[in-house]
Amino acid sequence: MENILSLLIWIPILGAIIVACLPRDNENLVRYISAAITGLEFIVAIVLWRAFDPVNGSMQFMERYEWIPSLNISYILGVDGLSLPMVLLTAMLFFIGVFVSWNIKKAVKGYFALYLLLNAGVLGVFLSLDFFLFYIFWEVMLLPMYFLIGMWGGPQREYAAIKFFLYTLFGSVLMLIGILGLYFTCGKTFDILLIMERAPEALNGVLWWGMSAAKVIWVLLFIGFAIKVPVFPFHTWLPLAHVEAPTAISVLLAGILLKLGVYGIIRVNYGIMPDQVYWFAAGLAFLGLVNVIWGGLCALAQTDLKKLVAYSSINHMGYSLIGIAAVVAAGEMNGSDLKAAQAGLSGAVFQMFNHGTISAMLFILVGVVYERAHHRDIDGFGGLASQMPIYTGITALAFFAGLGLPGFSGFVSEAMCFIGAFPVFKAIVVLSTIGILLNAAYFLWAFQRVFFGELNEKYKDMKEINGLELFTVIPLAIITLFFGIYPGPYLDLIKATMDQIIEKIAFAASYGVM
Amino acid sequence: MTNLQSLEFFIPEIILVITILACLITDLFLKKSKTDLIGWILGIGLVIVGLSVYNLSSVPPTTLFLDMIVIDPFSSYMKIIIIISTLLIIVASWANNELSKYRKGEYFTLIGIMVVGLFLMTSSIDIIMLYVSIEVVSIMSFVLAGYLKLNTRSNEAGLKYVIYGAFSSGVMLFGLSLVFGLTGSTNYFVIQEAISSIDSSANPALIMALLMIFAGFGYKISSVPFHFWTPDVYEGAPTTITAYLSVAPKAAGFAMIIRFFHQVFSDSIALSGNAMGYTDLPWPEIIGILAVVTMTLGNLVAIQQESIKRMLAYSSIAHAGYMMLALPVLSIDAVESIMIYLFVYIFMNLGAFFIVIIVKNKTGGETFDEYDGLGWKMPIVGALMTLFMLSLTGLPPTAGFVGKLYIFKTLVGAGNDFLWLVVAGGINSVISLYYYFHVVKVMFLSGKRSDKLSYPPSLMLGLIIFTAVPSLVLGLYWNPLANWVKESLVFYSQGM
Repeated sequence: MENILSLLIWIPILGAIIVACLPRDNENLVRYISAAITGLEFIVAIVLWRAFDPVNGSMQFMERYEWIPSLNISYILGVDGLSLPMVLLTAMLFFIGVFVSWNIKKAVKGYFALYLLLNAGVLGVFLSLDFFLFYIFWEVMLLPMYFLIGMWGGPQREYAAIKFFLYTLFGSVLMLIGILGLYFTCGKTFDILLIMERAPEALNGVLWWGMSAAKVIWVLLFIGFAIKVPVFPFHTWLPLAHVEAPTAISVLLAGILLKLGVYGIIRVNYGIMPDQVYWFAAGLAFLGLVNVIWGGLCALAQTDLKKLVAYSSINHMGYSLIGIAAVVAAGEMNGSDLKAAQAGLSGAVFQMFNHGTISAMLFILVGVVYERAHHRDIDGFGGLASQMPIYTGITALAFFAGLGLPGFSGFVSEAMCFIGAFPVFKAIVVLSTIGILLNAAYFLWAFQRVFFGELNEKYKDMKEINGLELFTVIPLAIITLFFGIYPGPYLDLIKATMDQIIEKIAFAASYGVM
Repeated sequence: MTNLQSLEFFIPEIILVITILACLITDLFLKKSKTDLIGWILGIGLVIVGLSVYNLSSVPPTTLFLDMIVIDPFSSYMKIIIIISTLLIIVASWANNELSKYRKGEYFTLIGIMVVGLFLMTSSIDIIMLYVSIEVVSIMSFVLAGYLKLNTRSNEAGLKYVIYGAFSSGVMLFGLSLVFGLTGSTNYFVIQEAISSIDSSANPALIMALLMIFAGFGYKISSVPFHFWTPDVYEGAPTTITAYLSVAPKAAGFAMIIRFFHQVFSDSIALSGNAMGYTDLPWPEIIGILAVVTMTLGNLVAIQQESIKRMLAYSSIAHAGYMMLALPVLSIDAVESIMIYLFVYIFMNLGAFFIVIIVKNKTGGETFDEYDGLGWKMPIVGALMTLFMLSLTGLPPTAGFVGKLYIFKTLVGAGNDFLWLVVAGGINSVISLYYYFHVVKVMFLSGKRSDKLSYPPSLMLGLIIFTAVPSLVLGLYWNPLANWVKESLVFYSQGM
């Protein structure tokens, strides 16, 4: 129990090494072992969840070891209500992803070794509490992702892979400068918790290029995270990468990697510079609005089903951004409306999880039809409902979840984001409801074109969704429905941590630099 | 210290000279096919030299031969870097097919003589000694670059190198003579004292002198605008020599620059503060701009290369630029970061060049076409090349990242004036990703599974694994290196 977090990170790393050493001709063995490793990982994550104390909002299961004393770098891990749901989501989606990747034929061994390495990188980011460690894991994700898109992706995969890599590296270099800035201003340490403690005082009055250092560092870190989210105008890598990546990797990109951005903003930007939140929140909410509208409009214009889902991710992450901007309601100048702040922040964190499950479902389902038809042109289908009733039913469910219909988890979290943001950003909330309309429009329109109307003769032999595919979608559908009806367990899990973050931000208003 | 007393501390160089003589004499009695033996002699000699350098690294810093050279932990560190890279190059030379048509006796001997020059470069504190050591290194490099007599590219490389080298060392010598004229001495410390009390009317002459001296230094580390020789020489020279020129003389060049600017144009005892503050010129800005231009040009031109060897030549220009980023600060942190960068740079850069040798031995070419699908045919070579490319880009968890981290850390820590250099350095790493990963793309993304896997000969395999291990491990745990560098951060200075 003591080193459970290390276990979570090191199981997949060891797994990657084991897989890399297997004979390359025995492809099924590679698949089974990868499934076993990610399965074990999922079990460990569940054990962690059961042992987690939701009443305590601080870091739990902390581990701390000296690493490079000359630079004050340590190996520090910890989990709280913000990271635990993400850890669970990661472990679950990586487990499911193995089965989604079952049909990968090319260089199976290399695929799964990189896949497991990616798993370790993602979990490492969620769990590390030392900036150096955080940065290493942040970058360790890039290389497997580059290969997974570039080697197993679609026709434009090489371009998509390098574009993804260049974009993200650009962001991480800026992030590194921000981290080094914090390192020097906060007494030469990479320890995130220590920096959180010291930063508000240490950054006070420090100038970089004649500007407040806190603001510069905030922006540097924000750009790093915004590219991952992705926030408009840094989003152009996303549609390409999502479309070219193999199905399982699109699932992980949308389901988990995008969450790293929002996670980073909450953990790092909010945690370390709570006073700057007030300065930036309006901009954040506005960027969220742009994401919602822009993502929605782009999705509406797509003819490729996968691209539509990709743009819907941009649209959905916009709600999360509006939600996290709502925390400023807790400030005294905004009337100390703690309830609104809670609704917004919890909604945003809930939305991260829900979008993880829903977009995963959507990408898997797009993958199912692509596997059979070898294209994803929305207008190229038609009438599939009569041919594949079960598939149609599940897709309908996923699309409805995606458009935020009441009864699905997406509705709850989106509503919470809006409720939280309304007292502070009335105009933005009102305008972003247009996004919901767009959201409904593109999903329903696409659904109609693919499933209704005359059956396309070419596809009259199309096979129904098979057992393995159902196995990957059904659990996600159940989670979506369950949290749609009864979101309590999730919100209870994160509440203590959310309260702590809000309390800190509310307190920051009193000394805020503004 | 008098000449006789000094000999005791000059043992490494003496052993080296004896080794070189042994190499020369043995070569007379060997058939062409047996000349690899000379490599053994030089290698064993160098190991002994390394041990005696290590042995002397703990003696208190002092000057030798009536203030001609110093012996201090900093020079010992640089000497060990030079020995490591020379040993790696000797081993690689055995396996390099380019050289198989020629006698290798002179080749190894010349490398040995070059090492003597490099040693003196790292430790001279007298401008005459400085000049002599640079010339020893340069002349050996000219011959080695043109060593492939039957290959016109190699001849071209040698000739170009001679012309550029002669020109820039002439300019440098003129600068040095101006310094002598202004201060009346050739010794660093006397010069330093004289300059600090010099009349301001002498400033134009001093600035001229400094610019000219910097031309010589810039040529040695191939900084823009003195870099024009680099790509042609690197492309034409035997690959082992290219690899060697890209690390060892660069390390010695940086050692020389650090010592010169520290001890002549700044307060050498404090090792910090307003470096090079004795003239009106804004030195930090000038060197900063040169650094940024150097790495940007190196990176942008590297993108367009067809030949991987030539691409690595431009990439080494870019890396000189990264290291130069720390020069304007010239605090103790800056020297530390350059020392760490040099150490990790040896392994990642030599590793990449060794893979160029492997591929050239196998296919006879060094363009991107030869690397097409390499990762599928030679998985170990492909994987390690990816590691070297990652490390050269500076991505964690590789050693290259640690080098960049230290450089960036120095600049952020030095405050407002240097922040723009960090941003420039960061953007340059992103640019460099594009061409380094072009190699990875060619090796892996195109190409298909092949049923016959091939592996390089065991000697080369051993070499690339030997360079790959530090390239990865130092990215995860570099505490011993950091401690060693900290201990080596002691310069001889007059005040001691």
